[in-house]
Order: sequence, then C-alpha cells, then structure tokens
Amino acid sequence: MTVTIFEKSVEGRRAFVAPELDVPRDDDALPERFRRAEAPRLPEISEPEIVRHYTQLSTKNFHVDQGFYPLGSCTMKHNPKLHERVAALPGHARLHPLQAPARAQGALQLMWELQVALAEIAGLPHVSLQPSAGSQGELAGVLLTRAFHEAQGKHRHKVLTPDTAHGTNPATVTMGGYEVVKVGTADDGGVDLEDLRAKVDDDVASLMLTNPNTLGVFDRNIEEIATIMHDVGATLYYDGANLNAVMGRARPGDMGFDIVHYNLHKTFTQPHGGGGPGAGPIAVSDRIEPFLPRPQVVRREDGSYGLDFDRPQSIGRLRGFQGNFGVFVRSYAYILSLGADGLAEASDTAVLNANYLMARLRELCGEHLPVAFDRTCMHEFVLTGGPMKKALGIRTLDLAKRLLDHDFHPPTVYFPLLVDEALLIEPTETETRETLDAFAEGVAEILREAAEDPSIARGAPYDTPVRRLDEAGAAKRPVVRQAL
Amino acid sequence: MADASYPDDLKYHPEHDWARIDGDVATFGITWYAQDQLGEVVFVDPPEVGKTTTKDEPYAEIESVKAVSDVVAPLSGEIVEVNEALGDAPEQINEDPYGEGWMVKVRLSDASEVDELLDREAYEGSLT
Amino acid sequence: MSRYTSATDADRKAMLESIGAGSVDDLFADIPEAVRLDRPIDLPPGKPEQEVYAYLRDLAARNVSAEDEICFLGAGMYDHYVPSLVDALLSRSEFLTPYTPYQPEVSQGTLQVMFEYQTAISELTALPVSNATLYEGPSAVASAGWMARLQNRRGRFLVSRALHPHAREALTTTAPPYGTSVEEIPLSGAVTDADALREAIDDDVSAVFLQQPNFLGAVEDLELLAPIARETGALLVVSVDPMTLGVLRPPGDFEVDIAVGEGQSLGNRLDYGGPSFGFFAAREEYMRRMPGRIAGETVDADGKRGFVLTLQTREQHIRREKATHNITTAQTLNALAGVIYLSWLGRRGIVELGELLLHRTAYARRALAGCDGVELLHDQPVVREFAVRLGAPVDRVIERCAEQGVNPGYPLGADYDEFGDGLLVALTEQRSRADIDRLAEVLGAAVAAEREAVTA
Repeated sequence: MTVTIFEKSVEGRRAFVAPELDVPRDDDALPERFRRAEAPRLPEISEPEIVRHYTQLSTKNFHVDQGFYPLGSCTMKHNPKLHERVAALPGHARLHPLQAPARAQGALQLMWELQVALAEIAGLPHVSLQPSAGSQGELAGVLLTRAFHEAQGKHRHKVLTPDTAHGTNPATVTMGGYEVVKVGTADDGGVDLEDLRAKVDDDVASLMLTNPNTLGVFDRNIEEIATIMHDVGATLYYDGANLNAVMGRARPGDMGFDIVHYNLHKTFTQPHGGGGPGAGPIAVSDRIEPFLPRPQVVRREDGSYGLDFDRPQSIGRLRGFQGNFGVFVRSYAYILSLGADGLAEASDTAVLNANYLMARLRELCGEHLPVAFDRTCMHEFVLTGGPMKKALGIRTLDLAKRLLDHDFHPPTVYFPLLVDEALLIEPTETETRETLDAFAEGVAEILREAAEDPSIARGAPYDTPVRRLDEAGAAKRPVVRQAL
Repeated sequence: MADASYPDDLKYHPEHDWARIDGDVATFGITWYAQDQLGEVVFVDPPEVGKTTTKDEPYAEIESVKAVSDVVAPLSGEIVEVNEALGDAPEQINEDPYGEGWMVKVRLSDASEVDELLDREAYEGSLT
Repeated sequence: MSRYTSATDADRKAMLESIGAGSVDDLFADIPEAVRLDRPIDLPPGKPEQEVYAYLRDLAARNVSAEDEICFLGAGMYDHYVPSLVDALLSRSEFLTPYTPYQPEVSQGTLQVMFEYQTAISELTALPVSNATLYEGPSAVASAGWMARLQNRRGRFLVSRALHPHAREALTTTAPPYGTSVEEIPLSGAVTDADALREAIDDDVSAVFLQQPNFLGAVEDLELLAPIARETGALLVVSVDPMTLGVLRPPGDFEVDIAVGEGQSLGNRLDYGGPSFGFFAAREEYMRRMPGRIAGETVDADGKRGFVLTLQTREQHIRREKATHNITTAQTLNALAGVIYLSWLGRRGIVELGELLLHRTAYARRALAGCDGVELLHDQPVVREFAVRLGAPVDRVIERCAEQGVNPGYPLGADYDEFGDGLLVALTEQRSRADIDRLAEVLGAAVAAEREAVTA
C-alpha cells in the first residue's frame, strides 16, 4: 500500500542543515503579532528517505523514455538529453530575470534567435515568447484580437470555434469576455462552410482554428475560410497544437492566419514533466504587432539585445518577467539540432508514421475500429470504437486499459467529442516502424481476446501498479490533501 | 436502477426531465435515460429555495466524473423545496430517479404549461 | 544530424506501400497548392550535438548569473540554494517524460507527487484546499481574479499599489476584457493605506488583492486589512512569499479567501524567470470552483490506495466555455521540485531558514543604513527584503557595483515614480555575513563615487 511522505515523517529527523547564524540576532526584527505560532507540518525526514520515496514513486509512472505513448494532440516525441545539459548551464539556469539587459545578452540573444526561427516556421513575422503555455497563448490571441478591434473603435462580441475544438478554445473565449459560437463540421472533417457563412457577421471578432484539426485532417478550404473571415474584418487564430504535421510543408501565416500560438512542449519537444511546464509563444501579422505583450525582446541597431517596454498599444502582460526561458533553451537547442532539413523531415516522418499506423490498424482491426474519416490523415488520426462496442461488448475505455497491460500508453480517448467512442492516435516521428507494427498487433490481439471473453478487457488493467480507480468516489467525496 | 423505466403517472419534457403534478405543486427530476447517459452522478449543484424556474431553461447542474449536464425545468414556477439529501447521496439520482432522486418541488405559475409536456408513451417513443 | 527519427529509405518504401501512396509528398496532397511552402524553411541546416552545445554554452557565457556575482536582486524571484537531490530526482525519465496523468493506473508517481504537493501548500498557507499548480506568481493572481468574477460577478477589483507590478499588470491586462475594472489602493508610507481601502469598499467590489510581504518587503497588517476588505463580501486574495511562511503568520490565520504566490524559491532555479510554478490555495467552499488540476485520493478495484485527477468537471476539457479556467498544463515537474524541497527543509528547516533570513536581513538593513548617502526607505518590519533610498542615481550606482561583482538589488524607480531613488535589496540563505559586508562596502563606495562625480 502506498505511503505519502508525510506518513514517513518522524519527529526529530531532518535533511536540511542550516547555515550558521553569522550575524547578531535581532529578536525585535519581527513583532510577535506577525509571528507564526506553530510551524507548518512539513515532513521530518532524512535525505536518503526522501530520495528513496520519490525514486519509488517514479517507478510507478509510464513515460516516453520507457515506451510508445501515442497520445493524440500531445505530440509525445523523444526528449533529447542534450537539452537538459544546456538548460542546466549556470549562465542560463542561475540568471535572475531582472538582471540588467547589458548583463543578460546571451539570454536575450537566444530569445531573439528563437523568435526569428519560430517566425520563419509559422510564416508570421512578429513573435512574443511570453505566454506560459498553449492556453495562455490562446488568451493572448483573444486579447490581441480585442485590442485590434477596439483600436478601430469596434466592439464585437462573438468568437467562432469549430465543434471539434479542444476545450481550451471555448474556455479562453469566455475568459476574454466574448461569447462562444460553435461552427459545425462537414462530412470530410473540415469546417462546414455553409454553417460558417451563416454565422459570420460583423459582430464576430475572430475564428479560432487548428489546421490540421483535432480529427487529424487538413482543412482543404482554408483559403476560403480566411477570405470569409477577413471580409468581415475578423481575425483568424491558429491553435498550433498540431504544428508537428506541417513544418516545411505549409505555414499558418501563408494560409491567412493573423495569430498563431506554438506549444513548445509539443512540437519543440520540451519534456512534458508529468503535465508541465511548457511554453506557448505567439506569432502575429503586421496589423496585430502593435498590441503584443510587453516587454518585447528586440535587437538594436548596434547589434545588442534588449527588452522594449515602450509599447503604448500593448495589451500589457499576462505573467511575470519574460516567460519560460528554461523552455526556450531546450526548444532552441532542438531547432539548432534539426535545422531546416531536420524540421521538415520531422513533419514528413510524423505524417508518414501516422498514415502507416492507420493503414496497419485498418488492415488488422478495421472492422471493429474503423477510421472516423476515410481520407489521408496528417500527424494523427481518429478511430471510432462504436462498432467494437456493439460487436464485442468492450468500449474504447476498456481497450485503453487493456493496452496498459501490453506496455503501451493508450491514445487519447473520448476526444474529439464529435466521434463516438473516439481514439485519437498520434505516433510522432521518433517511433520506429517495428514499434508501430507492435502496437497495431497489440490492438488486434486485444480485440481477438475480447471476442472470446470481453470481461478481461472490462476488468483491465491487471499488470499496473494499481488497477482501475474509483473516480466517482474521488469526485463525490474529494480528499485533496493528507489528513495530518 | 438497472432497467429503463418511465412511470405512467409522470409528465415528461423532451430534454429528459419529468414532473409529478400534485395540485399546484410539481416535483421535478431527471429521467432514467438522462441518468444512464450521464453515468454515476457525483455532484449536484442545487438551486436555492425561492428562485424561479422557467420552462425549457436550466435550473441546476448535475455532474458525473466526466460530464456536466444542465437540468432543464419542465415547468415554470417558484422553488419551494430542494432535495438536500442529494448533497450527501447524489447517486440517488441513478438508483431511484423518480423517487429519492427528486430534485426540487415547485409551485407552478402557469398550469397550462402542463399540456405541452409529453406523456410516457410519447416520451419513450422519442428515445428510439 | 540529430533528428531522432529512424525511417530509412527501406522503411519509407515499405510504409508507403502499406499506405498505398507513391511518395511522402502524396500524403500532403490535401494542402492546397496556393498555401504550400514551395521553398525550404529559411533556417540553417541542422548541426551535430557538440556544435549545438558549444553555441549554447557560448551564449550562457555572455550572461552574468548569480554564479558570477553576489546577487541581492529579488523582487519576485530569489537566488536560493537548490539542493542536489532535486536535480537528481527531476532528471529521472519517469518524472521528466510522461504527460498529464490521463491514465491514472500508470501515473501514480505523478499523481501522488501532486497530492503531496497540495498537502504541503495547504500546510504552508494554512488553507485547506490547494490545486496542483498554476503557471507562476503574477498569472496566479490574475487567475484568482477570474475566479472572483465567476463567484460574484461584481464589477471592481481593488489592488494594493504594493502588489508586485507584474501581478498588477496581469490583472489590468486580463480583467477589463471580462468586464471588471481594476482600481489601485494607494500606499501609506510603505504599506497599503487601510483608510483608502475602507473608503473604496462597496458592494460592487469583487475582490481585494494584497501582497505579504509586499513588494517593498514590508509586512502588511492583515489583521487590520482583512476585515476591511471583506466588509461587503468581496473575496480577499493575498499573494504571499512562501519562504517567509516559516516565521510569518500564514494567510489562513486571517479571513483570506485565496492565497497565491510565486513558487520559484521552493527548489526551482531562476532560469531567467521561468519555468517555475504558481501556487493557489483557498477555503474549502471554493474547492469546486478553483482553477487548475487537482489530485484526489481514492481506491482501486482491489481496494488499494491510489490517486486520480479529480473534480475534472471544473475544467476546460469538460465544461469548455463554462470552465472555471482554460488552463491545461500544470507545472508538475516544478511542483515536484517544490515538494522535494519542502520535505528537505522539513518542519524545522523552514522555521530555521526563516529565522536566518530575519536576522541577516536585519543586519543588512543596519549595515546599509550605516553607509553615507544611504537611508532606509521605510522601517516597517521585514523578513527577507527591504528598501533603501540612495543619494545618487540608482542606475549609475548599480553599474558601479556590477563592476565590483555585486548586484545590489532592484531599482524601484522602474515601477514607482515616487521611489525614483529607491533600491530593493533581497536576502537568501546564500548571502552570508561576508557577502553583506561586501555589499555595504561596495554600495557605499559606489554612492560616494557618484556623489563626487556630480560635485566634481
């Protein structure tokens, strides 16, 4: 039975050795009424015990370095180890964010060069590295849209999102003070143009899109969509979660997007860390540039780098300091390592791997797990578990849990909402053909087993540190901290 | 409740809510179909006594682990009683949707609205 | 070149055959001609690992970090010692490379870390519910604002002028778009003006924002301010420095609704400002309305104890436009560093560290006030940061100190016109008495030199 670090606490044990008090005591320094009466009940434990505790916990995690992790929409590609080495260089790691720019030229130059590279990759000239993650990048995008319209004296109230959108899109729209209007999806998986035309008017501030979208398909009508939006003076926002599909092939700036966010923890391989950190830089067109967050990293005429706070039309700032610099170091190392040729190859191989896996699954499991959209996919694809549920009596959830017993991380399940019993599969480019074959064969085996005895998958997993957990109980009577 | 059931003595709203009329007070709840779709209910965000319900508009929210559902009022009126027991035992909505799983009691403001509701046959028919 | 892919020509051939496509180009046929990139990406070609390393190392060498100078710069992030066990544990692939615990059965490590972190933050702040992190400090303040908005839909935020400038700006950036105005409560000396707050409170105030200790390092009188803030039922949000919570009364001791703050001091590197984590703790009644991921305890099918993401119906992937927040990521790796660090410090350590900071800060304050041309900007109680006024241009003084290998602190004039001659000086346990003596020496000399330069 697992034990928390608090439960390992024994009074009197310790790890920290305080430096000696080398100055006179000043017992009047803090008046009694401000003083904490009782020390917080943090653990009392030795260093070896702390190390052992967290080491043991770590072994309960499945992770990318261990095995295949085809989580759709998340781009679980390999995390190069070089990145940890360069991020740890003291010149980067121990640099205070408020250090005078003249003494942070290395950091500012790195940020500048990263901006230039990201601008080129997305085809939009002006980049802000400030947003902390994709969601914050989206909020920046919505606020930039608002500032853009208000600067023209316009007050619009609606933002359009496709019904396939990731939940962050509508959530962000609400936080930005707009009303969400959903746009339908056509049979081929792209935006329903008729529905879009019906809902577009001059009270629409923006359309938020992902392309390729969450169904893994490239919207062939993107130029038409851009025209429709620009004709009413609205902005077009690109959710860059799926950028891994198109590097070197197409750029959102060329498709007509005004604002793009990148997920550095997806396309640019910042390690996912169990949920974060990440970074969500944005790139914008000329007409949006004046509103970018403050400060902007700039290169001056004399070749030096600085932080420009003098931006009167800026929306302001969304967070402290300059953004997640530690993430920038890693992502820039990646861009330098791959270069133009490598980035293009990454996308090509991501798309190749996805189509190959889709073909293999169609071949081995197509009857029970058909593709949701019968067309070439990009870097990810969606299967529906509806037929499997009907014919074999196991759901997508059961398949996912049984995959754990086969040492695979399952794909994303039950998203996008549009597809019944959805499985969203993104292999990424760093997987070998053999791994993809093994996965397809593993799925096929689970289906064969279910045909014989569906109860096995329904009770899975069996070989993991814990079995299926009571999530309803956790939601009904939440216990969110250790009782002390 | 394992099997689908739709009592005869209730009136039904197409958004999967029922009403039991008793003079000028009606009891509301959600149907077997609704609770089956939702899965195990973990939390009910109830309205307050004294608030009004408006026919066809949501008056409460029900949560399962992975979904949130608006509960639509089948009739308009003023809430006179709320089922407090659901705070500790939200699963009553799954186990006894027409009995212990009742949501609110409402003093009706417009009795004629009852005519717009479906009877059991019509509601069950709409489910296929 | 390091591409981390493995597809050979033979692989590609076989795979294309399975797919039924002629070439990889065919797979991109859906992209309309007009938007295709018809040239290579305009970036240099990829480089071997050793060249990438050398390049980034050279960039690092052009930064003057806390490794290269004695650093008294604070103002929101602090040069604390990060113990080596943090590095060792964080570098484990099992913590570094998985994602959000969507499949809890194979994520118990991550989930238990989150649960332990939540417990530690609850203990520190003395508030019963904590989430599993937000991005960082200032945006956590903004997120508290959004929560207040959803809670009471009132029209005004009152924000102390002593709240970190970045947090104030995060509020002015994010709140007006959703319809809440942001109004500043002025200072009285170096603390929030209680009378001005009392004047400003009405029943349209959605939330009041304070910082403890405040941006000038001063300890605010929460016992006085909290009841004023909550007079009409507004939410009281306090942004707190976690390192001070060993010795300072925690927010939960007062009528505080939400405590947030910057977690960098707890086991995370400076990293030129990020990544770090923001913490968010609140009273029990807000549990179902809080932003961010939350881990909860439960049991598995065999009755074994385990942990899951819980209360997910608050979140964007379920509630979408009605979500409590749009956040998806959690700063889980940084939270891991935080909980390891807090365990390493331990119950006694955090108090000892707090005491050490108190005494050293008092010593530093006296030492600097003893320099000619340097006087205290305020004499409010402080814990680990304080402000002085210089009798010479602050920027010039900072430059002179830098030449001597000392970073004396933050020029307050950058954010406060009324403190144009102000310098904010921060202490950590890494600043020894010798370092403080050196600061006094160098700062004193710098001020003297600048004054001479003026009179000369």
